[in-house]
Amino acid sequence: MDRNGANANGARERYEVQEHDVLVIGAGGAGLRAAVAAADNGLSVGIVTKSLLGKAHTVMAEGGIAAALGNVDSEDGWQTHFMDTMKSGKFINDWQMAEIFAKEAPQRVYELEQWGALFNRTDRGGISQRPFGAHTYRRLCHVGDRTGLELIRTMQEKVLTTESKVYMETTVTKLFKKDGRVVGALAYTRESGKFIYIKAKAVVMATGGWGRIFEVTSNSWEGTGDGVVLSYDAGADLVDMEMMQFHPTGMVWPPGVRGLLVTEGVRGEGGLLKNAEGERYMERYDPQRMELSSRDVVARANYTEVQEGRGTEHGGVALDITHLGYDNIIKKLPTMHEQFLKLADIDIAREPMEVFPTVHYTMGGVKVDPETCASSVPGLYAAGEVAGGLHGANRLGGNSLSDLLVFGRRAGEGASAYVLESTHSAGTDEREVETEIGRVLLPFENKAGTESPYLIQQELQSVMMEHANLMRTEDSLKEGLGKVLGLKDRLEGLRVQGSRLFNPGWHTAQDVRYLVQISEIILRTALERKERRGAQWRLDYDGPDEELGRVNFIVSKDGQGEIGIEPREIPPMPEHLSELFREKVVDSAGGERRGAESQF
Amino acid sequence: MDDRTADGGGLAPQAHANANGTAGENGKTTKLKIFRGDAEGGEEVEYELPMVEGMVVLDAVLNVQAEQAGDLAVRWNCKAAHCGSCSAEINGKPKLLCKTRMEEYDGEEIRVHPLKAFPVIKDLVSDVSWNYEVSRSMTPFTSDAQAPFTMYEEDVERLYEPKKCIECFMCQDVCHVLRTHNKHAEFAGPRFFVRAQWMEMHPMDNQNRLKYLHEERGGVGYCNITKCCTEVCPVGIKITDNAIIPLKERVADEYYDPAKWLMRKLRGNRNGARNGG
Repeated sequence: MDRNGANANGARERYEVQEHDVLVIGAGGAGLRAAVAAADNGLSVGIVTKSLLGKAHTVMAEGGIAAALGNVDSEDGWQTHFMDTMKSGKFINDWQMAEIFAKEAPQRVYELEQWGALFNRTDRGGISQRPFGAHTYRRLCHVGDRTGLELIRTMQEKVLTTESKVYMETTVTKLFKKDGRVVGALAYTRESGKFIYIKAKAVVMATGGWGRIFEVTSNSWEGTGDGVVLSYDAGADLVDMEMMQFHPTGMVWPPGVRGLLVTEGVRGEGGLLKNAEGERYMERYDPQRMELSSRDVVARANYTEVQEGRGTEHGGVALDITHLGYDNIIKKLPTMHEQFLKLADIDIAREPMEVFPTVHYTMGGVKVDPETCASSVPGLYAAGEVAGGLHGANRLGGNSLSDLLVFGRRAGEGASAYVLESTHSAGTDEREVETEIGRVLLPFENKAGTESPYLIQQELQSVMMEHANLMRTEDSLKEGLGKVLGLKDRLEGLRVQGSRLFNPGWHTAQDVRYLVQISEIILRTALERKERRGAQWRLDYDGPDEELGRVNFIVSKDGQGEIGIEPREIPPMPEHLSELFREKVVDSAGGERRGAESQF
Repeated sequence: MDDRTADGGGLAPQAHANANGTAGENGKTTKLKIFRGDAEGGEEVEYELPMVEGMVVLDAVLNVQAEQAGDLAVRWNCKAAHCGSCSAEINGKPKLLCKTRMEEYDGEEIRVHPLKAFPVIKDLVSDVSWNYEVSRSMTPFTSDAQAPFTMYEEDVERLYEPKKCIECFMCQDVCHVLRTHNKHAEFAGPRFFVRAQWMEMHPMDNQNRLKYLHEERGGVGYCNITKCCTEVCPVGIKITDNAIIPLKERVADEYYDPAKWLMRKLRGNRNGARNGG
């Protein structure tokens, strides 16, 4: 069905109208799992993705999916996985999410296997599991170093067996609300620039993270945080936005691949970190866990070694896996071998890799109800990286893939239940649709504009690298905030040329609005958390602050449309969870594998 | 179409020149020609840009996009040869732009075009949605057994290779049956033979896809084993030897074995040959 709207010049602008019970925005692991859940409930499902199906960032996950199957270390169980997740998150995680997550992750892995995913096997014919940083036991189910590909392809093929309609290469620009509920969205197809007004009774946000606010990142162009800003604009609460994960090991050379991920699987398989002096320096940062310490600790160690002048030729540290031997490397880390050989002329079976921290993951995001993934706005659900709470101040490697499936499914179920119980109709006043179309087209019509979206994006990325990196201070954060606000003012001058036909300049003009908004939120929340905790490392404070350890910072749009931030008390853990930590303190006295928490 | 010149699609290009200069570290520059156009036609446009050490063709294209031609359309995601988004043709051969170094063409002209076996949308982007329709037309992996499955390495090691596929669709692009003969309606293409093969080989799968491959959309019989697909596969899947030929053999067993032919006549539908092979 086509309708007429008006563009900024008052000319009539046609748009297509679609309607679904559940609209899923994002087609990574979380979005696809949510779509399958909603379709299984007999609902009409639309899935919007900015890329082609199967290309979402999930495909880049390498090391594995964490689930306490106990196939390799039979002592493992949900309790230990829960505790590892909470400890790594420095206890500001939503403990209820962490409990649900640890309990349900094994079911989600087996479900993937049921749907055709293939994992490496143990000698007894079960799914093999590898060690990973700060996981007490060998816990990551994997297939070589391309586990994310296996996950997304399996989910993609599963989704294609449902009736879900997939809108490929389509961008959402706004969520519509009516009577306080989310009731639809405006989108445009990147191919033609045609607008689609999608009415929906519920929306599941599954758009992933926002690593693209930094220059050095493992994220693709898609990681622009659309979903977190769309949700924030719709009135949703956000949580832990100051928490950005720097992955300890990104590539550093050649310049074109700077930031590209080097899987933690390299360290899981025994890779050693050494500085230019050949010293295995993790000894000084976390003597118990060494290279397999948590990501925040290893990232700071790598950063510090380079800062203090012990870096390698191109400003990194050495990651050495040569001792594994060619045959094992080809078997366990084939993708890494190929990646370094093709892109950096390095044979990792013969020489070490050069690595340095790279922005990888966003722990913060839309605050959700652990059971249903409902946001604070009726009709809006969120799952995966765009949601916050599970990972607290630092995410464990391998926990992301299981997060996608556990909470993707729950968001799909939550949205389904909401739709099945509701009597409201989808859709809003169509004048709102027309107004939004006018706004999105402005950069074409902004004759006086001189600002390039690419340039603003580049400048923003430099600002965030300089002022919101993995070591932060109040002065620098404030200076960064000033610069970001300057860029925000310049957004009004955005100008793009060419037609609406597959025009990346225009697409980038949408993205930078998100990037600038998120950067402002991150800088403001990072100013509030005056302590050292996980990924938030304030050089102007000595350590963790006990008071701050009991709160999350909640962000929401205030009455004036400005960023409101309030500390919110974390409810105390119930007895059945808190006693786990007490018990383990007793029996870990002799158990070295459990290790001490690093003070660094 | 209005933007066919090197700076016509630009986005305040003069602003970029200040930000990043016009030449690489050593003042060296490089050139490439990029197809600019859409379904109605187009032409190659030459761009000159700074040469950076280790640069891949995608770096060059993105630099042109940011500095000179803001509306230059190209698909990409991971930039690490894991996602298969940036497939295009360089000098007539399908390549992943993110995995192809500029240095490989030292002294040679570099001409970048979209995949040819699919309709062009704009510049380097073609419409590959047909592949997803084919994917939807296949019987998916199906099992009576309940996971967790007990399977040993030796049961599944042959499955790792076809499972590596990143869906770059370059094998589809290079295949004569699609590229030259346009049999899109009756031929699934190498990518989906690879998919069929892992499903057929999976010890827990209980479906038979030979009818699909032989009589329906699959059309595996059209393949005349020229191995073009194998040559372009960026993840090294031996598509012809390990997927297509085994499927052709199964089809031959199923359809041309006289005993099976008779059984089929008598039963009137599918028979024998589950996924033994």
